[in-house]
Amino acid sequence: MLDLKDISITFNEGTPDEKKALTDINLNLKKGDFVTIIGSNGAGKSTLMNTISGNLYPDVGDVLINGRQVVHLPEYKRSAFIGRVFQDPMAGTAPSMTIEENLAMAYARNKKRKLVFGVTKKRKEMFRDRLKTLNLGLENRLNAKVGFLSGGERQALSLLMTTFTDPDILLLDEHTAALDPSRAALITELTKEVVANSGLTTLMVTHNMQQALDLGNRLVMMDKGQIIFEVSGKAKRGLRVEDLLREFQRIRGEQFESDRAVLG
Amino acid sequence: MLIAMFGAVESGIIYAIMALGVYLTFRILDFPDLTVDGSFVTGGAVAAISIINGVPPVIATIFAIGAGFLAGCITGLLHTKGKINALLAGILMMTALYSINLRIMDTPTLSLLNETTIFTQLQTIWGNTGVDQALNGLLTAMGADRLPSTWAFLIVMLVITITIKLVTDFYLKTEIGLALRAIGDNKRMIRSLSANTDNLTIIGVGISNGLVALAGALIAQLGGFADVGMGIGMIVIGLASVIIGEALFGTKTVARATIAVIGGAIIYRMIVTVALRFDFVETGDMKLMTALIVIAALITPKIVHARKEKQRRLQKRAQLHQHAKGA
Ligand SMILES: Nc1ncnc2c1ncn2[C@@H]1O[C@H](COP(=O)(O)OP(=O)(O)O)[C@@H](O)[C@H]1O
Ligand SMILES: [Mg+2]
Repeated sequence: MLDLKDISITFNEGTPDEKKALTDINLNLKKGDFVTIIGSNGAGKSTLMNTISGNLYPDVGDVLINGRQVVHLPEYKRSAFIGRVFQDPMAGTAPSMTIEENLAMAYARNKKRKLVFGVTKKRKEMFRDRLKTLNLGLENRLNAKVGFLSGGERQALSLLMTTFTDPDILLLDEHTAALDPSRAALITELTKEVVANSGLTTLMVTHNMQQALDLGNRLVMMDKGQIIFEVSGKAKRGLRVEDLLREFQRIRGEQFESDRAVLG
Repeated sequence: MLIAMFGAVESGIIYAIMALGVYLTFRILDFPDLTVDGSFVTGGAVAAISIINGVPPVIATIFAIGAGFLAGCITGLLHTKGKINALLAGILMMTALYSINLRIMDTPTLSLLNETTIFTQLQTIWGNTGVDQALNGLLTAMGADRLPSTWAFLIVMLVITITIKLVTDFYLKTEIGLALRAIGDNKRMIRSLSANTDNLTIIGVGISNGLVALAGALIAQLGGFADVGMGIGMIVIGLASVIIGEALFGTKTVARATIAVIGGAIIYRMIVTVALRFDFVETGDMKLMTALIVIAALITPKIVHARKEKQRRLQKRAQLHQHAKGA
């Protein structure tokens, strides 16, 4: 499904600011895999997501999706089959447009956009049905401008919009990090549901180790631009946060360092 | 005064087409496009030179739209593919267009006084409909002594401008139009929803300047001349129209905003007409006044907001103070 081969990225090469953001990354996802990614700040997690989405091109390496080389495909083309939710709840929706208009844009993601009405009666019904699954009452506010929604509501809408057309790959980059705990829990719950229901192949970055253990069938730990630890299936299910921390110390010979390494 | 106001509304309706173009870039695309000063003249120049060379006025006007569209597309290209800052891309195009417009006209001013234009054609068709007599009769009954020479331009232009507005409204509600609006609202998002933002921007700026050039072509034909300087300050006039319209009529929906822009353009012309009635105001002062209107309109909301914030803070402090006393 998704194949990353020998991916390396260096920022500002040859300057004092030189930064090896990714070094020889190899990762292979099968259809339906749900991978959680953890790692300290600056480990290269977002850079990895950006490389998959086409927001960044790697210096070397291949990105294959369903066997197709996409490493030089621009972001807007790749996004026909890659869905993405950003950390910033404001990033995934257009604030001065209405809920139904936002959904209409998401609905057109994997089609060629045409000169036909984006919001039709039939589509409205479908939008309403999908919004109901969020349990936020948004189905009664189709004509409300998204800018008036709360951060949690906007993030829930972003998640719905992103998964609307069942993308081949779903990328989640700390998409609950900017929310208060109860909203974050809600979005986590929604994420679990939608991934399970549609069997989406998912990569989710989180700074919450417990969450990384609870969700998904695979876990990847990154540090200094490298994947340093991988676990999946049964082995992952048995793990606790302490085990992860110990594993990190064993590999790196130092404490896991993150100002946001939340345990619970 | 009545006649002057009549003229103001008449030309205001044409300038409204230009203002709709400015609305598309400034508001919808969030692209401060300064090509307008040049493409307005390009519209006038292309229409004028085509008419003088025997092209039927309607076709000449369509040529003008095409030329404006092309100019806008180039500005869009400079910005998206050339990665030139939007303001600078517009300024570069505007400057380049000055030379191009001179080349098109071959002289700084082209007269259309002895030519057949859209408006002379219109007058011929309109002459025997009797609408003028009826409407002027109405005015006379209301006590007017001087009467407009024809209602043809006003009514027909109103129909055309409203049609353009309706098409724009429709366009902005289509799948493509929604993506276009999202570019000005959240570019990163719409890119992540697989829209080619570069191409959409290029086409959007192109359409905007097509409308601006159409206005230029019509103004040249209405006034009977095209002049290489006729576009100076046009962008500020367009902005003033947009801002005045939005302030007076609101922007709740796209349909509301576009009608507001048309209203703003007409009211702007009326303000100018009234201002010019004062002895101490000279025609040349209008650009300064327009700039002042835009500056005031841009600053006022910020001042109002700052005032409100200050008041809110004072209130909060007073509340805390009282709590402290109570405790
Ligand atoms: N566009 C960029 N230019 C220069 N350095 C960058 C850029 N993007 C990320 N970096 C650097 O690359 C490293 C990895 O960043 P990132 O992938 O955002 O880490 P994280 O794992 O916290 O998401 C960091 O040191 C960051 O400062
Ligand atoms: Mg990050």
